[in-house]
Amino acid sequence: MKQFLSFIKKEFYHILRDRRTMLILLGMPIVQIIIFGFALTNEVKNSKVAILDFSHDAATQAIIQSLDASNYFDIQKNLSGFNEIDAAFKKGTINLAIVFPQNFNADLGHFNKASLQIIADASDPNVANTLTNYATAIIKNYQQQLNATRKMPYTITTEIRMMYNPQLKGAYSFVPGVMAMVLMLVCTMMTAITIVREKETGTMEVLLVSPVSPIKIIISKAIPYLLLSIVNIVSILLLSVFVLDVPINGSLVLLMGVSILFTLTSLALGLLISSVTDSQQTAMFISLVGLFLPTVMLSGFMFPIENMPLPLRLISNAVPAKWYYSIVKSVMIKGVGLSIIWKDVLVLTGMLFLFLAISIRTFKIRLA
Amino acid sequence: MKVLKYLLEKEFRQIFRNKSILRIIFLMPIVQLIVLPWAADYEMKNINITVIDHDHSPVSRQLISNITASGYFILQNYSNSYKSSLGDIESDKADLILEIPASFAENLIKKNEANLFIAVNAINGVKAGLGGAYLQMIIQNYNSDIRAKYMQPSRFSPEKNIDVISSNWYNAEMNYKNFMVPGILVILVTLVGSFLASLNIVKEKEIGTIEQINVTPIKKWQFIAGKLIPFWILGLIVLLIGLLISRLFYGIIPQGNLWVLLIFAAIYMLAVLGLGLLISTYTSTQQQAMLISFFMLMVFVLLGGLYTSIDSMPHWAQVLTKFNPVTYFVEVIRMVILKGSGFADIKNQLLIISGFAIFLNGWAVFNYRKRY
Repeated sequence: MKQFLSFIKKEFYHILRDRRTMLILLGMPIVQIIIFGFALTNEVKNSKVAILDFSHDAATQAIIQSLDASNYFDIQKNLSGFNEIDAAFKKGTINLAIVFPQNFNADLGHFNKASLQIIADASDPNVANTLTNYATAIIKNYQQQLNATRKMPYTITTEIRMMYNPQLKGAYSFVPGVMAMVLMLVCTMMTAITIVREKETGTMEVLLVSPVSPIKIIISKAIPYLLLSIVNIVSILLLSVFVLDVPINGSLVLLMGVSILFTLTSLALGLLISSVTDSQQTAMFISLVGLFLPTVMLSGFMFPIENMPLPLRLISNAVPAKWYYSIVKSVMIKGVGLSIIWKDVLVLTGMLFLFLAISIRTFKIRLA
Repeated sequence: MKVLKYLLEKEFRQIFRNKSILRIIFLMPIVQLIVLPWAADYEMKNINITVIDHDHSPVSRQLISNITASGYFILQNYSNSYKSSLGDIESDKADLILEIPASFAENLIKKNEANLFIAVNAINGVKAGLGGAYLQMIIQNYNSDIRAKYMQPSRFSPEKNIDVISSNWYNAEMNYKNFMVPGILVILVTLVGSFLASLNIVKEKEIGTIEQINVTPIKKWQFIAGKLIPFWILGLIVLLIGLLISRLFYGIIPQGNLWVLLIFAAIYMLAVLGLGLLISTYTSTQQQAMLISFFMLMVFVLLGGLYTSIDSMPHWAQVLTKFNPVTYFVEVIRMVILKGSGFADIKNQLLIISGFAIFLNGWAVFNYRKRY
């Protein structure tokens, strides 16, 4: 036991003495939370609009003013010809162009009907769609103001309630995702690389001839990262509650419990990677391409899984982060208990034992 | 010059003998370009919905069948009460609940007004917003169908009507992949440049072989050029492979001149390699180099306008994106491939990225000398 403790101490020294790595490991979650929480929004605002107005009358002025007054649009310039639209799009200075034909107000007054054109730069289809919808809504709003307020017959009104996240903040889905990403990175990548590094530099031989059993050597490598991960989880949770105003609605004990379970799973995965590779670059390659990207892309936090084609949906089930992400979302934001998430917890536990079993087996073979 | 030739030969041999590096260079772009664009799709479909129909009238049934026929929604469950339907949201079986109150049809016909209640799981704000909007759109359309059925259409429009015609340029089919694939190409090229180059140099430091090079008559610039040129070439090859894949798999044909793109990419690679070199001068182990370049890349990519538009970021983040080389390449590659922009359009970006290349390489070389 004493030998084991001194091994753990050795690993702690390794990590603590490398200040730069420490700083990044502890600073990464904070930077991520700030970027995801504040900088990355899918809302569209202040989009640059160009106006091509051939009629210059009261109605077009009113519409332009109400567009400019909204948060979504920023009227950038007035164009004077059709070919200027293409030029402006190609330079990337505008996202949307609105064209008013001649006699806009006169048509509206005499025939009760006028038309205008919205041209969106659809190289980003999402933004194009949203901007077109917003602009249409603002124009329709102006149209409604023109018409005397009279009630349409047979009206269905809908009352819509956004549960859990009434302001539709991005942080609610990003915080659980960042937790999964950081834990995966700290545990899997760092453990895999530290173990492989001992192999690459030849010091693993020295460790293996020591009286401590190989399993204990490996465990002592994992423990510092487990503690580091717990520090990271706590700092992410503190930031999300106090800085981003994302509440913890469920039980904190349960949340910490499943987080530690996921940390253990990631550590086991790191051990697995380290036992099948023997160069740091290969270990990095596997953790990065094989784990990190799937964690970002297939865990459901950046892109909704149900949109994906069937093969990807099936693959996503093999990504541990997917299960953890869904658990954190349920516990932290919906506030549900173990009775609803037990299946996901079971899957994660199963994965943990599978990874452990495989890595212990392969580890023994390597020793022989 | 002869020395440089030998150095290049050494580097290429080293790279081509290392299977894992080769895999990173050639397999990664192929796998990523084939898999990622399918995952990175924001277009909503297959939204799960639970319906509580207290009305059970032909009107409510027609509405439900309109919703399921739209292609956006999958009817998960009919529920009897709001309370039991909440269970579906909690267990993630449903994303949306639609509650049709009793005597919905009666109210609509007799009182001219009827209410519907929608509850959305809004943890993912984007998804919730879109899902709610689609459902409301279907309900509105159904509403106009009902009006058309019960009301006599009048000959002249009694109300003023502004007809909005919208058109989507450069990507008429609104294909999200056309938008994502060029962006993913940028990540791949950046990875080769900063990640692999810095790891390569740090590896020599870590194993100690850099000492051997230091005692040879090789000059510093020769050593650095010998390290950078192979990755510069590999980065451009990865870009070409990527363009080929995006053409074969996604039918994306660059609208603009390929040379514009390649020349920009060549200068961009220099800037990224400068970054890799800089990282390598500040680190002494591969683990450190990997972690630092990973961290920087993550920030660069997230703040590079790849996934979310820069216009909607807060001001401080927009200022940060100006110091991010990835931003410029993401912008330019999309402009050239999708809109067919030419040299005149990307002039500013080209100047800025050249500035980055000179600055980063200059800093790195300066820092390198001190360590000698």
